[in-house]
Amino acid sequence: MELDPFVLARIQFAANISFHILFPTITIGLCWLLVFFRFRYTITGDRNWEYAYDFWVRVFALTFALGVVSGITMSFQFGTNWPGFMERAGNVAGPLLGYEVLTAFFLEASFLGIMLFGKGRVSNRLHLISASLVAVGTTFSAFWILSLNSWMQTPTGFSLEDGVVLVESWPEVIFNPSFPYRLAHMLLASLITTMFFVAGISAWRARKKVDGPATWKVIRTCVFAAAVLTPVQAFVGDMHGLNTFEHQPAKIAAIEGVWETERGAPLTLFAWPDEETRSNRFAITVPKMASWFLTHDFDGEIRGLNEFPDAHPPVAPVFWSFRVMVGMGLLMILVSWWAAWSLKRNERAGPRVLTALSLMTFSGWIAVLAGWYVTEMGRQPWIVYGVIRTREVVAEHGGGTVLATLLVYLFLYAFLLVSYILALRYLSSKPAKSLLAGQQLVPGSPAPEGGTQ
Amino acid sequence: MEQALALIFMSVMGLALLIYIILDGYDLGIGILLPLAEADEKDMMIASIGPFWDANETWIVLGVGVLLIAFPVAHGIILTSLYLPVTLMLVALILRGVAFDFRVKAGTRGRRLWNRMFFIGSLLASLAQGWMLGVFVMGLEYHAVSVWFAAGIALALPAFYVMLGCAWLIIKAEGALFEKAIRWARRTIVPAGIGLFLVSIATPIASSEIAAKWFSLPAGIGLLPIPLTTLLAFATVAWLLWHEQALKAGYGWIVFLAMAIICLMCSLGLAYSIYPDIIIGKLELVESLAHPKSLQFVLVGVAIAVPMILAYTVFIYRVFSGKASELSYE
Ligand code: HDD
Ligand code: HEM
Ligand code: HEM
Repeated sequence: MELDPFVLARIQFAANISFHILFPTITIGLCWLLVFFRFRYTITGDRNWEYAYDFWVRVFALTFALGVVSGITMSFQFGTNWPGFMERAGNVAGPLLGYEVLTAFFLEASFLGIMLFGKGRVSNRLHLISASLVAVGTTFSAFWILSLNSWMQTPTGFSLEDGVVLVESWPEVIFNPSFPYRLAHMLLASLITTMFFVAGISAWRARKKVDGPATWKVIRTCVFAAAVLTPVQAFVGDMHGLNTFEHQPAKIAAIEGVWETERGAPLTLFAWPDEETRSNRFAITVPKMASWFLTHDFDGEIRGLNEFPDAHPPVAPVFWSFRVMVGMGLLMILVSWWAAWSLKRNERAGPRVLTALSLMTFSGWIAVLAGWYVTEMGRQPWIVYGVIRTREVVAEHGGGTVLATLLVYLFLYAFLLVSYILALRYLSSKPAKSLLAGQQLVPGSPAPEGGTQ
Repeated sequence: MEQALALIFMSVMGLALLIYIILDGYDLGIGILLPLAEADEKDMMIASIGPFWDANETWIVLGVGVLLIAFPVAHGIILTSLYLPVTLMLVALILRGVAFDFRVKAGTRGRRLWNRMFFIGSLLASLAQGWMLGVFVMGLEYHAVSVWFAAGIALALPAFYVMLGCAWLIIKAEGALFEKAIRWARRTIVPAGIGLFLVSIATPIASSEIAAKWFSLPAGIGLLPIPLTTLLAFATVAWLLWHEQALKAGYGWIVFLAMAIICLMCSLGLAYSIYPDIIIGKLELVESLAHPKSLQFVLVGVAIAVPMILAYTVFIYRVFSGKASELSYE
């Protein structure tokens, strides 16, 4: 097998960002949830909310740490693997990344100290403010990085000089056409992922009878929030798709598996898109539905992949990733409604609901990764859509070098992911009350003060 | 205009990296010292950096960020030619960063493993940073002289970090750990001093460009305060380390301050050696400057955000001032 450093660099970037995004997705949502717990405790004085906060803040600290270290890797990746990207699009990418560091990273990293350790040192109010500032920081971070990513998808507000991007209008760059949709979709994705993550682990705790009323409060909060947020997400996703249809028709053609431009295109539920024969095999279709979804007209026109020779993305991965995401989204609606319905009628849900929730613990991760694969692979072969091709900006390392570092990263990530899940299990087997009691932990567990708790 | 922007952004980058070296330096130093301590002392050492390490590490993100924003071409050249040491450093920083949390959340058996990861991560990250610094000063060239030079700095920097770590512990620790920190510092100051001395001598020998800048006349005299201040700071540290009663009386922070001053002097010297290039002998700052319009946009943010960041950093250090043993979750 020959080692194409270009392909390897792409795999390496994909591996690193995929690993990274797992953790921000949870920290963004979880931080707001923690603010909510803390706020509830402050106004109701119900200790259960404090137990909930104290348990989940530990999970948050762990997740945050993984997010930070994998993010630092990301910030070096542009230089080590895509130097040409910065040379040509640096006038846009640099400032946006810079604002992320200045407005988001320092804010979250600094106030995290108070959020985790400051309870006894600052007033309750300042503690609540610190936690909120961390949450605001994570959200700002999403704002800037998604602005950059959206600009790479739908670039506006710039001109070109010798192939180098120059900014004409910052508002147009920052609020580029796909940005509002992507920001809304991603923030919702974060919240939903968190709700299923927290509900899933809490359901596990409830089944093992680790904890009492606090756990049930948490489950209720998350289930009801998820039941509201998941349909909203489907709606926002649909609008996002319409926006993409307008700006990146080749991506939509790959998502829908449409080869020839046609009116009244059918919705393909399942198929095997084959780039050799340029057709779908084993297709199951619903007549005219794709046209209706995208143009809200049964006879609307969809441009096919064949209109974009050598400038359309790989079809099968985009096609399938999209179905994984939407499938997961529908499943989430189903599960959250079922659980909400049963919690509405009873104080506590039955074992079957709890099992379903536990099984869905990491469902958000699957949907988020699938969604990003649709977005990013669907942009290929462009790195900045219609402006700069990915192949033009890759660094010239030997294939062996990139392969070696890639293997190191993959090994490390596998190890960290296993450790993370083991640590979650270990933490989950401890009652929140004992964590709150600080020094008087259950025998055999470590003292709490050594390190970010 | 372009000259001014280049100078401003070089200063911001230098400031961020200087703060990084001082702040993450003490974190990494403590990580390197970890195996020397007893189990409960390990907890205290880690507690002393718990609330800070994350923000400390963010300064390198800013430093590299400014390099990327202001000097994109240099950013590409530097990071691609340092590909392997950068990767090593990132992996090491990952291990170090997660070990903080995992060591208290992975059960008792996991704790030993994560302590070791914490040590290995800190040591490798310091070595890699030293190596990169060395290669960078040699103009990103790999030949016999530059490799030896880089290897020398790769060893000197961890010693330096250990000194910073000891200084931090002298401020933060009590009892046996406090005494140990002094002993560790006494043992490290000699190799750290020799390392710094050799590096200062080797730099002009290894690089004729740098020699020309330092040993030309009026400039040479104007530069004298840099080595003199460094010497003075070293002498202060040494004096304090052998006068424990002064440290016990609460003057430990002077050790840290003096170490920080040494860092400042070294970076001033380095900046002078490099300026107006960004890659010595190859690329000038101005040549690799990004478009002024983009830079002006960022400058607004820098002017507003950096003072705010410094202010809340000071605030947070004040919230957590005092001996580390008081630090607890409640
Ligand atoms: C939608 C959200 C999102 C996305 C798409 C990304 N990140 Fe991220 N990143 C975050 C959301 C986030 C966060 C929520 O702000 C993190 C995660 C956990 C955390 O601790 O902060 C973070 C941490 C984080 C850090 C460490 C910050 C610190 O020191 O505190 C860096 C350097 C990056 N990221 C860089 C990147 C780069 C270069 C990305 C893209 C190529 C990227 N992130 C994608
Ligand atoms: C956070 C979730 C993200 C995921 C899971 C993700 C995933 C991916 C994947 C799978 C690829 C490889 C595509 C291919 O080569 O076929 C890729 C490429 C890339 N993405 Fe993303 N991405 C994410 C966010 C971002 C963001 C926020 C940015 C920039 C601001 C970004 C910039 C890039 C760049 C520069 C490449 C490399 C060049 C390329 O192959 O196009 N990505 N990403
Ligand atoms: C259920 C109906 C859903 C629809 C119709 C939908 C639609 C879409 C579309 C069209 C895209 C691609 C946009 C583009 O690249 O231009 C996308 C991306 C994405 N989706 Fe979904 N989605 C749905 C559910 C979900 C769920 C449940 C999650 C996660 C919890 C999710 C997470 C994401 C993410 C992270 C991206 C990539 C970022 C972005 O481009 O916004 N989606 N979605």
